[in-house]
Amino acid sequence: MDLFATALPALGEAVSLILQPEQLMFLFVGVLLGLSVGVFPGLGGIAGLSLVLPFIFGMDPVSGLALMVGLIAVVPTSDTFASVLLGIPGSTASQATVLDGFPLAKKGEAARALSAAFISSLFGGLLGATVLTFFILIARPLILAFGLPEMLMITILGLSMVAILAGRIPLKGVVAAGLGLMVGTIGEAAAGGSLRMATYDIPYLIDGLSLVIVGLGIFAIPEIVSLLRQDRAISKSGGLGKGWIDGVRDWWRNIWLSIRCSAIGVMVGVIPGLGGSVVDWIAYGFTVQSTKEKSGFGKGEIRGVIGPESSNNAKEGGGLVPTLIFGIPGSGSMAVFLGGLALLGYDPGPHMVRHNLDITYTIVWSLAIANVLGAGLCIALSNQIAKLTTIRFTLVAPFLFMVIAFAAFQSRQSLGDLAALMAVGVLGIFLRRFEFSRPAFLIGFVLSAQAESFSNMANQIAGARFRQGLMDGLEYVASPIVLVILALIIISIIIGVRQAKHILGSDTPPTGGKRAPLIFLICILGYLSVAWIDALGIHRMGDKIFPVTVGAVTLVCGLALLIQMIRAPEKHAFFADFERGGEDASAPHGLWATLGWFAFLLVLSCLLGFILAATIFFITFLRIRANVSWLRSVILTAIAIGFICFLAGTLGRDFPPGLLQEFVRLPWPLT
Amino acid sequence: MSVFKTTRGVAFGLAAAAALATPAISNAAEFNLEGKTVEFVIPFSESGGSARWANFYAPLLSEALPGNPTVVVKYRPGAGSTKGANWFQEQDTADGTLIFGSSGSTQFPYLLGDPRVRYEYSDWQVVLASGVGGVSYLPPDIAKRFDGDADDLGDIDFIWGSQGATRLDLVANLAWKMLGMNVVPVFGIEGRGDGRLMFERGEANIDYQTSPAYLRSVVPMVEEGLAVPMMTWGSLDDDGNIVRDPTFPDIPTFKEVCEKTAACETKGDAWDAWKAFFIAGFPAQKMVFLPKTAPKEVVDGYEAAFKKIHARPDFAQMAEKTLGKDPQMTGKAADNAKKLATTVPPSAKQFVLDWLKTDYDVTLK
Repeated sequence: MDLFATALPALGEAVSLILQPEQLMFLFVGVLLGLSVGVFPGLGGIAGLSLVLPFIFGMDPVSGLALMVGLIAVVPTSDTFASVLLGIPGSTASQATVLDGFPLAKKGEAARALSAAFISSLFGGLLGATVLTFFILIARPLILAFGLPEMLMITILGLSMVAILAGRIPLKGVVAAGLGLMVGTIGEAAAGGSLRMATYDIPYLIDGLSLVIVGLGIFAIPEIVSLLRQDRAISKSGGLGKGWIDGVRDWWRNIWLSIRCSAIGVMVGVIPGLGGSVVDWIAYGFTVQSTKEKSGFGKGEIRGVIGPESSNNAKEGGGLVPTLIFGIPGSGSMAVFLGGLALLGYDPGPHMVRHNLDITYTIVWSLAIANVLGAGLCIALSNQIAKLTTIRFTLVAPFLFMVIAFAAFQSRQSLGDLAALMAVGVLGIFLRRFEFSRPAFLIGFVLSAQAESFSNMANQIAGARFRQGLMDGLEYVASPIVLVILALIIISIIIGVRQAKHILGSDTPPTGGKRAPLIFLICILGYLSVAWIDALGIHRMGDKIFPVTVGAVTLVCGLALLIQMIRAPEKHAFFADFERGGEDASAPHGLWATLGWFAFLLVLSCLLGFILAATIFFITFLRIRANVSWLRSVILTAIAIGFICFLAGTLGRDFPPGLLQEFVRLPWPLT
Repeated sequence: MSVFKTTRGVAFGLAAAAALATPAISNAAEFNLEGKTVEFVIPFSESGGSARWANFYAPLLSEALPGNPTVVVKYRPGAGSTKGANWFQEQDTADGTLIFGSSGSTQFPYLLGDPRVRYEYSDWQVVLASGVGGVSYLPPDIAKRFDGDADDLGDIDFIWGSQGATRLDLVANLAWKMLGMNVVPVFGIEGRGDGRLMFERGEANIDYQTSPAYLRSVVPMVEEGLAVPMMTWGSLDDDGNIVRDPTFPDIPTFKEVCEKTAACETKGDAWDAWKAFFIAGFPAQKMVFLPKTAPKEVVDGYEAAFKKIHARPDFAQMAEKTLGKDPQMTGKAADNAKKLATTVPPSAKQFVLDWLKTDYDVTLK
């Protein structure tokens, strides 16, 4: 075969280029860096690559590639630590892992969840590298077949996952997703620049909310606050049950799931413009749909970890296809990677694939070796690191608060980041309390901008095609690919609606009166109405149509929910309120007092700057809340502050300055 | 605010050292940055042309500046680059450890009176101005009807992917409109690369790319017969005339096409406005600034460093892929370029504002 005749010799040459001590050393450094950066929520491939970029210039190309690819390849591996152990989405690629990974950690099976995740990542990564090898030679026409209508359909396919993740009451899931979509429209419209729920007087809002902050606020803050109220370790038993061997066995038992989810990851990665943030949700939705016994999902089902984790590493290999063939980055980290390639003197594009196939293939090999190294290291470490879940959580929490606040600040380097984090965190706490699907909200938010611009753009082009002739138009909007995806969407919604209720099992949630859930729903409706009226006032049609339509649909659903709730009896699952029963209700510490500690850190940061605030916060928290001795408090504080300074120093990141810094110039890190 | 005074550890890999920060405003006549870290701030994210440009210059600057400081690129994206520029406006680091890179996307909002703009170009001291060209191209079937003038293109429905009406794409939209072509921009794409992809997929039937991107990605398409160049935006000579782009001497300029096209005039309001915004957007598209507080020796030191970079024997070869063959100006030339790039006559501004409102329903209030 022609394909093999071209590919195999180049693959062989690439092996000899990469299997040199120096190149392997750089690959290893890249892997270590990628693992270290990936562990921290909010920092991902972009932060890591930016760190090495100044050194890339003048490097031997293969070494430079090994360094960069090693780094990119393992970020979705190590971000699993935060997702599983702490319930914090480590990066946008592992948001779905939280859903089942964290409950597993709570059960004391963190090591099992981690190793299953890592071996899935490894498998996905290898599959991605294999696909990249051959696909890169033939992918061009296939990728060009994905136009705007096709991309819009994939975005809708992602949205259709809301059906299966909606939870006990489908209508609540729809309202949560609609709210997510509307929150996603905040800021300047991408097309015409009209402002939506924003004003030039508050510049922070013009760019909208960033995904990092919404992810942390919706998932991390509610979970951390809830755990902190319990005053025990993450693992309920305080110990570790199953170990890493079990995780590997679990993966082997679900090998087919892993293969299919890896394939999903590769495919979504290959299509430029979609970005990586949908892929784990599509994989998770698919996993749930294809599992017979659904009652375990959301409570610690190992398949819920294997699915998304297989897909997110596979995505990196897939994502390199358009990056290398067209020179168009599929994600932020790919964009930085392209910049690095340019520094090495290579220009991605058809030329590179054709004339530098051996160099191109060193990327493939680096990807494969990095995945093996990264996953191997992580599996080896998983039993040890999983012990984190057996430490008293009150000692871990202040550290997490500090890391989250720091991570959030990296998104816009403004105090607004901290305020936004707090606001979204409160929303997350209420969504959790009243059992509105947080994944649904997040999917809505993630896909909002894509859904809007793809539908606007596809609509505009379709209009022009239809003016040329009916057939031209139909050919464009109803291509075979569109029809196939449409069928998938319909199937996904039908399966989802039928089976969503099985996911949480048949137990009834705690309820406690109608008032609190109704007030929360009315607040949501209030926001939606304001946002809808605000959108109606927009002059430019292209910027107006999406929020007006989505807002109207969500409002109608919300009102229907309201009417049903008013009619339903008090004990109905509509009125789920986790403050009135279950773990949260019996927690020794109150919700607001616990959240207050976090607010304390943020407010103090605004006044004194981050490092001073964190120091004071740590000592007070450890002394008062955790009842730790003075000596230990000081030691723990010093370790934490030293660590965060080291991290920020290495990555060249700044800390939030406060009011104090407006008046006094202080040396770093107090700035 | 004094966030920028961070000094960064240099040690490679996991080892790194932090600490020490010296806001000291050096009055010494000798300009030496030994042991210091220069922050090269750009108001854009890590992806995109400006990041590429800044990362290209950063290591070269490190070698060329006295004392070989570490040069790190820092990103302050937001609000279409106005956020970072507003931030820079407030900075007063005078010792040369802070430089700022702006682009056409920072210049246009300033020129159009965008309400978010709180910065003033005349406060800043320019030390480098990088020019860039632009090439418009067509699919082969339409190119058959283009014979140096746009007279036969009037009845075609053109579509192209655009980043936004007030962005650099303004120059292309106005040029095509002046030629009497009916071009509908589909707004909302994230980079010019996405626009090219739309062209390759056949969804768009006209496009333009800046010179480096054109050389890199469109020239292969031209060789395969998938695209045909239509015109360049041209280049400015020393007297301010638009002449052929030295990178593409065989492709006619928009000015030449306009002269041959019946519907188009190279005088009058439209032409003046186009030329003003072309000059603001392309011949001095990216500039490096020092804050207004920087003393003369710092400015001179940077000027000398950039001159040194441009004099490197391997510069042309290195620059070709990232910067194209476009002029890299320092000293007087950079000053002139800055002046041209940051002033448009009020009539040109008004023309553009009216046109944006009528054609695209876009207002800057």
